[in-house]
Amino acid sequence: MSTPVLKVTELTVEFWVDGVWYPAAVNVSFEVEAGKTLAIVGESGSGKSTVAMSIMSLLAANARVTGSIKVKDQEVLGASTSLLQKYRGKEVAYIFQEPMTALNPVYTIGFQIIETLRNHFDMGPQEARNRAIELITMVEIPDPERSVDKYPHQLSGGQRQRAMIAQALACDPALLIADEPTTALDVTVQAEILDLMRGLRSRLNSGILLITHDMGVVADMADEIMVMQSGNAVEHGTADQIFNRPNHPYTQQLLASVPKLGSTQMRVLEPSQASAQPVLKLSNVTIEYPKRGRIPAFVAVEDFSLEIFPGEIVGLVGESGSGKTTVGRASIGLLPIKSGRLEVVGQDISGATNKELRQIRRNTGIVFQDPASSLNPRLPIGESIGEPLYLAGIAKDKELDKMVEDLLASVELPRSYRNRYPHELSGGQRQRVGIARALALTPDILIADEPTSALDVSVQARFLELLQDLQSKLKFACLFISHDLGVVDILSHRIAVMQNGRLVEVGNRDQILKNPQDPYTQRLLSAVPVPDPAEQKIRREARLASK
Amino acid sequence: MALFSRRSKVVAESASSDIFNKETEGLSQGQIVLKRFFRHRGAMVSLIVLFSLVTFVFSTLGFKIFGIGYGGWWKYKITDLPVLRTNGCSIELPGCPSLSLIPGKGFGLGDHPFGQDDLGRDYFSLVMRGAERSIEVMVVIGLVAAAVGIFIGAIAGFYRGWIDAVLMRINDFIITIPIIVLGGVVSYHFGNKGILFLAFFLGILSWGGLSRLVRGEFLTLREREFVDAARVAGASNRRIIFKHILPNAIGVIIVSVTLIMSGAILLESALSYLGLGVVAPDVSLGLLISQYQDSFTTRPWLFWYPGLLIIIIALCVNFIGDGLRDAFDPRQRRRISRKDRSAERAIATKK
Repeated sequence: MSTPVLKVTELTVEFWVDGVWYPAAVNVSFEVEAGKTLAIVGESGSGKSTVAMSIMSLLAANARVTGSIKVKDQEVLGASTSLLQKYRGKEVAYIFQEPMTALNPVYTIGFQIIETLRNHFDMGPQEARNRAIELITMVEIPDPERSVDKYPHQLSGGQRQRAMIAQALACDPALLIADEPTTALDVTVQAEILDLMRGLRSRLNSGILLITHDMGVVADMADEIMVMQSGNAVEHGTADQIFNRPNHPYTQQLLASVPKLGSTQMRVLEPSQASAQPVLKLSNVTIEYPKRGRIPAFVAVEDFSLEIFPGEIVGLVGESGSGKTTVGRASIGLLPIKSGRLEVVGQDISGATNKELRQIRRNTGIVFQDPASSLNPRLPIGESIGEPLYLAGIAKDKELDKMVEDLLASVELPRSYRNRYPHELSGGQRQRVGIARALALTPDILIADEPTSALDVSVQARFLELLQDLQSKLKFACLFISHDLGVVDILSHRIAVMQNGRLVEVGNRDQILKNPQDPYTQRLLSAVPVPDPAEQKIRREARLASK
Repeated sequence: MALFSRRSKVVAESASSDIFNKETEGLSQGQIVLKRFFRHRGAMVSLIVLFSLVTFVFSTLGFKIFGIGYGGWWKYKITDLPVLRTNGCSIELPGCPSLSLIPGKGFGLGDHPFGQDDLGRDYFSLVMRGAERSIEVMVVIGLVAAAVGIFIGAIAGFYRGWIDAVLMRINDFIITIPIIVLGGVVSYHFGNKGILFLAFFLGILSWGGLSRLVRGEFLTLREREFVDAARVAGASNRRIIFKHILPNAIGVIIVSVTLIMSGAILLESALSYLGLGVVAPDVSLGLLISQYQDSFTTRPWLFWYPGLLIIIIALCVNFIGDGLRDAFDPRQRRRISRKDRSAERAIATKK
């Protein structure tokens, strides 16, 4: 048995908040061996990032850490700053979740890699540059000789994450900590990054500590898994044990809440509804972002046609940049369309005046992607929810109060929350507020723009359940935009797939998931990670073979 | 909309049933802000101090608004020339302050609480008149600059495009004008219209920086999703600007306006020093200080009292601004005191 590169014993981390020590991690012990991957899985707030941060000694000043963290037999906890500086980057490297914010936007990626190299090794500038190019080649960024002089904003999301990995690997670290390395990426890009990381692991023989909430990613990468719940490690075992024979109820619940493709009953629309007039009808719609200064006009959506019938949920799937959000926003008149015809509840929206738009919007609702940004931070949530009612002149004062209470209750929030500010709620609660506001005017059509992408799996499961309940009660039609096929699968009657601003395929669930016709849909489906290591391996090999 | 009979387990667990069913009165943003402002101790104390100071200052010499006047309770006017007080003062320094806060003989205001200037004028009445003028100038400049600056910045930042371009070029023009020169010219020609006219004019010239800041805030805030959400809810542009975006920009505005207000006192005294702002026999605090700055070593009270008043006024304005900003900012929580913290730490280490 090889010696562990990381040995954590009885690690306890507490934070001093408002006069009380809040434990963020309690008595956590684990080891990472060279060439192996340990995945820490848990929901946000379970303490998984806190553990990773304490290994790097990057915790906030109000933290108190006890226990022991040893990297290659060197105690890290309480080590001096100079020692820490030596070992950060060299022995332990960190891959951050959001490459756009973790890379400094005013320096080229080459500069940032060279900086890491020259901090740790006695290296000349030319030598360091050569090594940087070597690293960039290794992480498979195209055209390394030129890419080395590119700034982060000139790279795509996947390439930025590759650059981050190149920087992390610069000093051949013994331990690589990857904190949600693929959460910000599309499924197809995620699959590529995971392939890259797996390849590097076998080549470099370093240990990987993978932190994620995505069971699919875990199934793809991990040898060992530790499940954390509110600061405690509730289960620890090999990937096979955790996935096939989970012991702890929380692990079982976590696995159960992962949406699995094709596992639910297919939803079929009643024929009476399907023959009715569509509530949302897009015919040959083209949407263009106009020219601004030297930036040329950009066609985001081209020749897009889709119909949504009353009471129907249509899932719109595609990668980031495919134009799905643009379609959603145009559908409620937040963006003008360039050509084509867009009808909402029988009314043409394309040439509507502001006054007409306001009328049309009474029949529509939208749930935005990021509840933190879509709720006014200075407005108590009760007022946010009541605003559409107030502005539509439906209710006032006491009557409005009553309706706000009912809306809060319908999304299962306590009515005493009405005076709270958005930041006092959790992500899931905020998104419920978003739904309550969107449904305030009992719209005919609801546009849901990636409403679950900011939520944990178990929160997401509850949220989807709530949305389904509401939909079956209120019978609104819904355009559900998502990059997650699993989520769309649970909800939708029909699924539409978009790529580069065009609709590539539309059909009912079985047509799309079981028998996809378009090569892009097939690629998208094969890239979705499945929370089952054995099946994931088969899929991975099939994917690599097809390349 | 009907209540759902089935509630998810998790909500029921996280919020105990009494919280869930507690009747809570819905409060609007304004009500919550007001409540939080009244809880802000520093701001409330400052508000009371400022209010009493203003009442005290304006009642001393009396005032006249729309024909309704009040004569004032103080026995001297600023134009009176009483004899220099020698009783109780050293021979070299006649006209020393008679104010005594030490209980016993002579306790109270006395004849000339703040002393007398070199002509024998009662310094208390001079300082009070000066404070009147300074407060008036400060409030008028602050309000005018804030109103114009916020309005122009908000419109430019919200609508962008040619409106923004035009307004910002006007802004550039306003910033380039040397305010002291133009203020001097105006007061030279329209000096007879009084100090308030001049203050109003200066306010119209000093919104440049504020509107730039407000515009910047609006440019970033208008891209946030809650603006779209408000628009979908049916909000008009006016409502979006004033109800949704402005409260989010209030921090920058208040800092900037308090700076403008304290700058206003300096601007006024600079003009007065040049003989262009407040003209004799009228006085202002800045004018008093600049007039008697040479007396600091010999008769320091001529310097102290106007200085003290300027400090009190400026501090009060700053504290009130602070309280307003905190009240608008939902993230602002009351900090734990150091005492609590060390006590907790002691308990924690004992464990």
